[in-house]
Amino acid sequence: MNAETMKKTKKPFSMKKWVKSRNGQQTIVILSFMIIPLLLLFVFTYLPFGEMVKFSFYKMKYATPVDKRQFVGFQNYIDVFKKDECFSALKLSLYYMAGAMVQLALALYLATILSFKTKFGNMFKGFMFFPYLISGIAIGFIFKFFYTRGFVFDTVLQWCGFNLESLPFWLKDKSVNNISLVASSVWRYYGNNMVLFIGAIMSVDSEMYEAAELDGANKFQQFIHIILPSIKTIVTLNVILSITGSLSAFDPPYVITKGGGGTATYFVLMDKIAHTNQQVGLASAMAVVLLLIIFAATILQKLFFKLVFRSSDADNEEYTRRKRLRRERRWKKEAV
Amino acid sequence: MAKMKTNRKHYSAGAVIWIVIKYFSLVFFSFVALLPIVSCVITAFKTDTEYQSTNVMTLPENWLNFQNFIDAFNRANMGRAYLNSAIILVFVLLGSVLVGTQLAYVLNRFKFPGNGLIRSLFLFATLLPGIAMQVSVYQIMSNLGFINHLYGYIIMSMGTDVISIYIFIQFMENISVSLDESAFIDGASYFTIYWKIILPLLKPAIVTSMVLKGVGVYNEYYCASLYLQDKRTLGVVATSLYTFTGPLGSKYNLICAGVLMSLLPALIVFLLCQKQIYSGITSGAVKG
Repeated sequence: MNAETMKKTKKPFSMKKWVKSRNGQQTIVILSFMIIPLLLLFVFTYLPFGEMVKFSFYKMKYATPVDKRQFVGFQNYIDVFKKDECFSALKLSLYYMAGAMVQLALALYLATILSFKTKFGNMFKGFMFFPYLISGIAIGFIFKFFYTRGFVFDTVLQWCGFNLESLPFWLKDKSVNNISLVASSVWRYYGNNMVLFIGAIMSVDSEMYEAAELDGANKFQQFIHIILPSIKTIVTLNVILSITGSLSAFDPPYVITKGGGGTATYFVLMDKIAHTNQQVGLASAMAVVLLLIIFAATILQKLFFKLVFRSSDADNEEYTRRKRLRRERRWKKEAV
Repeated sequence: MAKMKTNRKHYSAGAVIWIVIKYFSLVFFSFVALLPIVSCVITAFKTDTEYQSTNVMTLPENWLNFQNFIDAFNRANMGRAYLNSAIILVFVLLGSVLVGTQLAYVLNRFKFPGNGLIRSLFLFATLLPGIAMQVSVYQIMSNLGFINHLYGYIIMSMGTDVISIYIFIQFMENISVSLDESAFIDGASYFTIYWKIILPLLKPAIVTSMVLKGVGVYNEYYCASLYLQDKRTLGVVATSLYTFTGPLGSKYNLICAGVLMSLLPALIVFLLCQKQIYSGITSGAVKG
């Protein structure tokens, strides 16, 4: 600003000129269009992120005034690692990861089916997708109702010939309650993944299928050799997302069981520690620890998939190179 | 009859098996998807005595028994909740579309130092899990005096999400730059170009991102219950369902009616904008 005003006093016309010039116009539009989004991003994402890291070194409650906060160094982090609760909560993520894999496989299967000509395809797609649009809290009520003893799920199983006595309490029995919760999460998201995969499959050139069909490839071969290779990037991306998502699983236990009966995932525990126990420092430390785990997991997976894909891409390149060579040789022969 | 036989000859045994498996899977998983919702519909129409005496999957005697819906609507103060949700949606969507398209316009059309950095700042923000961040966002919101005010919640929710920005940028890449150029030569300012050329052409992308963002904001219950704590006057549709916890927690005929009312707007939007929702999900996913 200072520099600009100085310019103004020295050469009275230059500022006006600058504003009218292409560069000036660009700078103005860039600044005025970016200031609000960047401000929002800063205030609601990066500032809280910094604060969270800071909080994690203090012992404090929400209401504690700034000067009364007690600096405790790494004590909160030590507590996180000492707490058995945290570790067992993190182990629950394994259930969610397994669920996510089932969900992705199912989505891929259904997407493949629906990408071929199917009667009522759009209707089926809509049915399976709709759960994604229901709010988390509504899903909580729906599944509390669904799993209640003798209610929906039990009734349907009884139709299939199961005896009510032999069925467990889906939300109370510690051997199944986490699986029940994961199932509700799969129910909510598989349609979404399916729509995503359908989109990816549709972008494959349809001539490829026709050519494969003419060559006598069956549906399974078409899937393995045409569909899968062309959508592998998006599948990988979703595998990565679902693993980080499993680490931060929150909705199902929070709304269905309130974290009772050994279903409290890491974030449910963190939410309780932050808002019920008001141990803000400890909760922040938990959040930072999980964040680091998520980063590490993301980077590792990216590297892993890069490695796997590079080798297969190399195979492909090798193949096309050979094919080209062969073709050239044939041309040469013909020319001779 | 004869016609059918000749028709059948076209299918080999393998193809028939494939068709059977295909439709069986589709019907089965559609059933799985619908069962929890349908059971809610069945229960929502039952009277109290009916609900207590019959199995949950027994159909209600009277499909026109709307008493539960009326009760749930009044108890959960849903009129107010719909109004609040509508206010929030209008402002958040207007704000986030304006802010998002402007940001996308600048990022897509101009090369300037920091362009890449800003893109990665937005991308990195998605890696930070929202729930964990609320621990400190809460502190900031209370310092700003934003808690228990609709405007505070609206401003917080406006925060641009990467998915809409990507949808906009992707779409903008297909809008020819020569259009901007010729308008600029004709004397239009960059603001005019954004407002008169880019924004109208972005319409499909805007609808898509609005539908996705709208569903997300409408369904948000965690932040809403943190920052709009006064449930009587500031409840939104998602948080109004909290009324049914506690002593009402086992009156499922009432609860189901409430749940169904809460998901009705989402259903309507879904039926009207299926295409936009699907394309939004597909285009939002390619961001990696």
